[in-house]
Amino acid sequence: MTARIGVVTFPGSLDDRDAQRAVRVSGAEPVALWHGDADLHGVDAVVLPGGFSYGDYLRCGAIARFAPVMQNVIDAAGDGLPVLGICNGFQILCESHLLPGALIRNDVRRFVCRDQWLRIENTDTAWTTQYATGQEILVPLKNGEGGYVADESTLDRLEGEGRVVARYLHDNPNGSYRDIAGISNERGNVVGLMPHPEHAVETLTGPTTDGLGFFASILHGLVSA
Amino acid sequence: MARVVVDVMLKPEILDPQGQAVQGALARLGVSGVTSVRQGKRFEIDFDGAADEATVQEIASTLLANTVIEDFAVHIEDAG
Repeated sequence: MTARIGVVTFPGSLDDRDAQRAVRVSGAEPVALWHGDADLHGVDAVVLPGGFSYGDYLRCGAIARFAPVMQNVIDAAGDGLPVLGICNGFQILCESHLLPGALIRNDVRRFVCRDQWLRIENTDTAWTTQYATGQEILVPLKNGEGGYVADESTLDRLEGEGRVVARYLHDNPNGSYRDIAGISNERGNVVGLMPHPEHAVETLTGPTTDGLGFFASILHGLVSA
Repeated sequence: MARVVVDVMLKPEILDPQGQAVQGALARLGVSGVTSVRQGKRFEIDFDGAADEATVQEIASTLLANTVIEDFAVHIEDAG
């Protein structure tokens, strides 16, 4: 039996189908979860996909944080369940206080959509074991509110504890402090990422297959556990 | 009934691209002398009875504002 990875669909999610596909391409079984679900159907990991949950009303991710399924995600994450938040999912994780800091409107005042080079900084998280430390990957990036901000002491703590998972290379697309593209919680089971690895799993539709490593890492971790 | 007003503003140190865009538009409108524009949100919440200050603080700090990046101020307008 392979790993079952849940992908939550909120009203306004866009990338849930692509996330399910990425899970399938990596060899795991995707499980569709609904925002109103009262339980997680026994999945081994959860992906919070990109999009505009609840229309980005109030703040990105602010309403989704109170969706019924999120209380289960928050509790399970506290117990060590691997959770990956991509783009809007990253915003939801910050709003849920599973990750520190916040994401604000891009400093360039534009929605940015392009292929983006990243450097994987931490290969110890549940989602990054299949990368090499310092590996450079190319995946799509698309956001209007992707600027990662946190106070200086939080940023120093993230850096000191190795919790910066990925950093933008060459050109910071959105004003994120210290070029941060993704971070993890202390335990390394919860990761938030602004760029989109789920769009880079097949060369037919993506710039590379560099994104597969995030999903393969979960599969590898569960199989070897 | 009571009306409670909650004003939410980005903290001063947080960049406000929307405010900057408004400031840019003001210049194109021919308005001079504007040194800064910051954009915030105003919430008007009506209760059928008296507003409970602690409840309003809870609403504001958990939902209406993200206190990582925003400050908020609560005003109870009408306790009648």
